[in-house]
Amino acid sequence: MNQAGFPLLSLLTFLPLAGVVVIFCLRGDEEATARAARWTALWTSLIVFVLSLVLWFDFDKSFVGFQFQENLPWLPQYGASYRMGVDGISVMFVLISTALTPIAILSAWKQGGGRAREYMTAFLVLETTMIGIFSALDLLVFFVFFEAVLIPMFVIIGVWGGERRRYAAIKFFLFMFAGSMLMLLGIVALWIHDGTTSIPDMLHIPLPAHLQFWLFLAFFAAFAVKIPIWPVHTWLIDAHREAPIAGSVLLAGVLANMGGYGFLRFSVSLLPQASQSFAPLMFALAVVAIIYTSIAALVQRDLLKFCAYSSIGHMAIAVVGIFTFSVQGIEGSLFRMLSHGFITAALFICVGVLMDRMRSQSMDGYGGLARTMPFYALLFMIFAMGTVGLPGTAGFIGEILVIVAALKVNFWLSLLTGTTLILSAIYTLVMYRRVIFGGLERPELKVLQDIGPREIVMLVPLVILTIWMGIYPSSFSTFFDATANAMAQAHTVALAGTPAHLASAAGNLAVGSVTAGGAN
Amino acid sequence: MNWLVALPELALSLCGLAILIAGVFSPNKHAFQLTSMLSLGALLGVGGLVLVSPTGLGFGGLFINDAFSRFAQLLILAGAGLAIILSLDFNEREEGMARFEYPVLILFASAGMMIMVGATNLMTLYLGLELQSLALYVVAAFARDSLKSSEAGLKYFVLGSLASGILLYGMTLTYGFSGSTDFIHIAKALVTSTPSVGLVIGMVFVMVGIVFKIAAVPFHMWSPDVYEGAPTSVTALFGSAPKVAAMALLIRVMAWPFGHLFVQWQLLIEIIAIASLILGALAPLVQTNIKRLMAYSSIGHVGYALMGLAAGNGNGISAMLVYLATYIFMTLGAFGIIIAMRRQGRPVEKITDLAGLGRNHPGLAIAMTIFMLSMAGVPPLSGFFGKLYVFLAAIQSGLWLLAVIGVITSVIGAYYYLRIIKLMYFDAPEGAFDHPAPSLSFVVALTGAVTLLFILVAGPVTTAAQAAAMALLG
Repeated sequence: MNQAGFPLLSLLTFLPLAGVVVIFCLRGDEEATARAARWTALWTSLIVFVLSLVLWFDFDKSFVGFQFQENLPWLPQYGASYRMGVDGISVMFVLISTALTPIAILSAWKQGGGRAREYMTAFLVLETTMIGIFSALDLLVFFVFFEAVLIPMFVIIGVWGGERRRYAAIKFFLFMFAGSMLMLLGIVALWIHDGTTSIPDMLHIPLPAHLQFWLFLAFFAAFAVKIPIWPVHTWLIDAHREAPIAGSVLLAGVLANMGGYGFLRFSVSLLPQASQSFAPLMFALAVVAIIYTSIAALVQRDLLKFCAYSSIGHMAIAVVGIFTFSVQGIEGSLFRMLSHGFITAALFICVGVLMDRMRSQSMDGYGGLARTMPFYALLFMIFAMGTVGLPGTAGFIGEILVIVAALKVNFWLSLLTGTTLILSAIYTLVMYRRVIFGGLERPELKVLQDIGPREIVMLVPLVILTIWMGIYPSSFSTFFDATANAMAQAHTVALAGTPAHLASAAGNLAVGSVTAGGAN
Repeated sequence: MNWLVALPELALSLCGLAILIAGVFSPNKHAFQLTSMLSLGALLGVGGLVLVSPTGLGFGGLFINDAFSRFAQLLILAGAGLAIILSLDFNEREEGMARFEYPVLILFASAGMMIMVGATNLMTLYLGLELQSLALYVVAAFARDSLKSSEAGLKYFVLGSLASGILLYGMTLTYGFSGSTDFIHIAKALVTSTPSVGLVIGMVFVMVGIVFKIAAVPFHMWSPDVYEGAPTSVTALFGSAPKVAAMALLIRVMAWPFGHLFVQWQLLIEIIAIASLILGALAPLVQTNIKRLMAYSSIGHVGYALMGLAAGNGNGISAMLVYLATYIFMTLGAFGIIIAMRRQGRPVEKITDLAGLGRNHPGLAIAMTIFMLSMAGVPPLSGFFGKLYVFLAAIQSGLWLLAVIGVITSVIGAYYYLRIIKLMYFDAPEGAFDHPAPSLSFVVALTGAVTLLFILVAGPVTTAAQAAAMALLG
C-alpha cells in the first residue's frame, strides 16, 4: 500500500474514464447533452485535480525514490506488471497534468459544435494517458500510455482543428508513431537484457556501453520528437497551427514535457555513459533550436506559429539543463518544463481569447487592444514577461539555473544558451507591441469586450502560478530537490566507474522506493 | 487406439452431416437461417468439446490433441462462427447466396482445419487440408451467377490445386528419404544423420505448399483477387479461420518434424517474412478497393506473425499464437463493417465510400477506428501485443534486421490505416449506408470489445499461448 492508503495513482489515472462512461450514458436532445457533457468533463477533471492535491500534501519530500507505489501482476510470463508510483520529478508532472486539464476543458467550452460529447471524451481519455505516463513504473505500462496519447490527440487535431487539420493530424501521428516504434525496439532490447520491465529494478542494473549507445538512439527517437528538438520539430508547428486552442494547451503544457521526462527517467538514469557521450550532440541541437526558433518567432505574423516557435525554444533550454547532469541543470530544466507548461499554455489561451472574438490569428489584424481590453492586456503582459524570463516570473528561475549549470560545462554553451534571454525578450516584446499597443485603427476592434468570467477563471490560476513559482520557487523545488540530487550523484558515480559504487549510488534512487513500499 | 482425442472433429463432421440432412428436408425459405443457427450451435458445442476432450496421441499416432491444437482449434471455431453470423444478413440480400449448403460447407471446412492442426502424420495433414480446401473452393464461387465470384472460385481452385500438388510432391520426397509419413519418425530421421538433400528439398516443397495457403509473398498472388472477387461474407471467412489453421499447421510442421532443419529453413522464413512485410506495407497505399486493401494488409500481418516463427524459440511460437488470436478478431470486425457498406441495397466497396461514416454511423466508425489502430499496432489495443511479442521473440534470437524492417513497415502501414480513419471522420459524408443488420452490429460490437479490452486478459491469453508453445516444443 502507500501513503494514501488506497491506489491513489490508479484512481487518478482511470477516474477520467469514468467520466467518459457518464458522458456516453447521457441522453436527450443535442443541446442538452452537449451542455451536460461539458459539465461532466469539467467536474470529472476538477475532482481528479482535487484528488491529485493529496499528492501535493502527502508526498514525503525528504525521501528519494518512488512513493505511492502500487503493484499488480499483469504479464507475469514476461516479468511485466502493472506498477505505478511517483518520485519527486514525476509528481510535479502529474500535478501539472491534472491542473491543466480543467483549464483546457474550459478553453474548449464553446467549441465542439454538435460533437461536444466526443470532444470532451477525447480530453478525458487524454488526461488518463497523461497521468498514466508520469506515474507508470513499468516500462511496458509506460509505453502503452505513451502511445495511447496519440489517439485522443490525433482526434482532437483532426476533427476540431483548423483548415489543414487532416495534414497536421496525420503528420503528428506519423512523427510520433515512428519515434515510439523505434523506442519500442529499445524497450524490447532493454527488457531482454534486464529480464524485467520494472523501472526501479532497472536502475540497479548497469548496461554495457555498446548497448547503451543503441538504446540511447532508440529512446532519443521517441523523446526528441515529443519534446520536440530541432530538426524534428516541424510537426509541432503544423499541429499548433491547426489544433484547437485546448489541444494546443495540452500539447504545449503536457505532451512536450513527456519528452523531457523521458530523457530524465530513461536516458539520464538508465544510460549514463551514453548520455554523457551524446551530450555534446544534444547541446548542439538545443543551441541551434534556441537561436533558430527565436529568429523564426521574430518574423512570424501568425500568433499560433509564434507560440509554437517560442515553445520549441523553451524546451530546448530544458534539454540543455538535463544534459549538464548537474543538480542545478536538472532542477533548472524541471523549472523550465513546468513553467513552460503553464506559461505557454496561457499564451495559447490568450491567443484563443482573441481568436474567439475576431476569428483571426494574424498579428496584423490586431493592435491597440490595451484600450479596449485593459485587463486582458495586463494578464497577457504577465505571461509575456514569463516567456521573456523576467525575474519574478516562473520563466526566470529555470533559465538562470540552466545557464549557470551550462557555465560549469562550457563557457560557450552557457553564452549561446544565454542568448535566449535577449532573443526571447526581442520577439516577445515585438509581438506584444503589435497586438496590444499601437493605434486602435480597425473599427471592429473598438467594440471588443474585455475578457469574461470563464476566461478569467482560466487565466487567473495561471497568473498566480507564474508569479508564485517566480517569487517562491522553493515550494516547488522541495519536491524534486532530493530526487534531482540523487540523480546527479548517481550519474557522477556511474561515470566514475567502479561497478560497486555504481550499484550503490543508482541504488539510492531505488532502495528508497523499496523501503517506502515496505514502510507504508 | 484412443479415438476420444478426436472427439471434437468427429462430432463436428457428424453435426455437418446431420445439418445437411436437416437442410435438405426443411422448407426452402427458412433452410438457410435454420442450418446457420444449427451450425452455430454445433460450433459452440464443439468448442466445449475441445476443452473437455482428453489430450494425447490417437489413431496409432496419426492425430494429436494437445494444448497447441486446442488453442488453434478454438480460434478456428470462433472465426468460423463469427463468419457464419456475418453471412446471416449478407447472404439473404445477395442473389442466390441464402442456401443451406453455405453453413454446412463452412462446418466441413472447419472440420478440415481442425484435423490439419491436430495432424501428426503427413497423410492426416493432407486429408485435413484437402477437406478444408475443397469446401472453401465451393464457398468462394458460391454466388454462382456472379462472374466475379465464379472467377474468384476458379482462380482459388486452380492455384490451390497447384499448391496442393507442390505440397504432395514435398511429402513424397520426405517420405521417400525418411521412410515414414509419421512426424515422429521424420523427426528421428533428421536427428540421427546429417540431412539428405532430398529431405531438405522435400521440406522446402512442403513449406511452399503451406505458405501458399497463408498467402505470404511470393505465393500471395491469388489472395487479392480472391478477396476482391468472392462475396464479402466469404472473404471475411477466408481472412480468418483458414489463415489461422494454415499458420498453425506451418508452425507444427516446421517446429516438429522439420525442427532439426531449423538452420535450413530459418533464412527462407525470414525472407518470406520480410517480403510480406514490405508488400503488406506498400501495396495498400495504392488500393482503391477496401477488400483488396484488406488482402494486402493481411499479407503484412502474416509477415509479422512469421517473424515469430523465424525466431525459432518458444517465445516466438507463443507470440505467433497471440498474434493470430488478436488478428482474427480485428479482421472479422473490420469485415463486419465492410459488409455493412451498402447503399440502397447494393454493396459498395471503394475505400472512399467510407467517407463521413463518423457522422452517419458513429458506432461503426468508432469500431472501425479501433480495428484500424489495432492493426497499426497502437497500444492499448490488442494488435499491439501481437507485434510486441513478435518483436520480443525476434530480438531475443538476434534478428535485428527483421525487427527493424518490421518497425519501419508498421510506420508505413500506419499511414494507410490512418487514411481510413481520416476518411471516416474528417471528410465530407457521401450519403448514409443502409441500417446495419443486428447480426452485423453484434459481431462488430463483440470483436470491437475484444480488441479494445484485450489488455485486461493479455496475461491469461499469453499463458495459454505459452502452454501451447511448450506442448509443441516438448
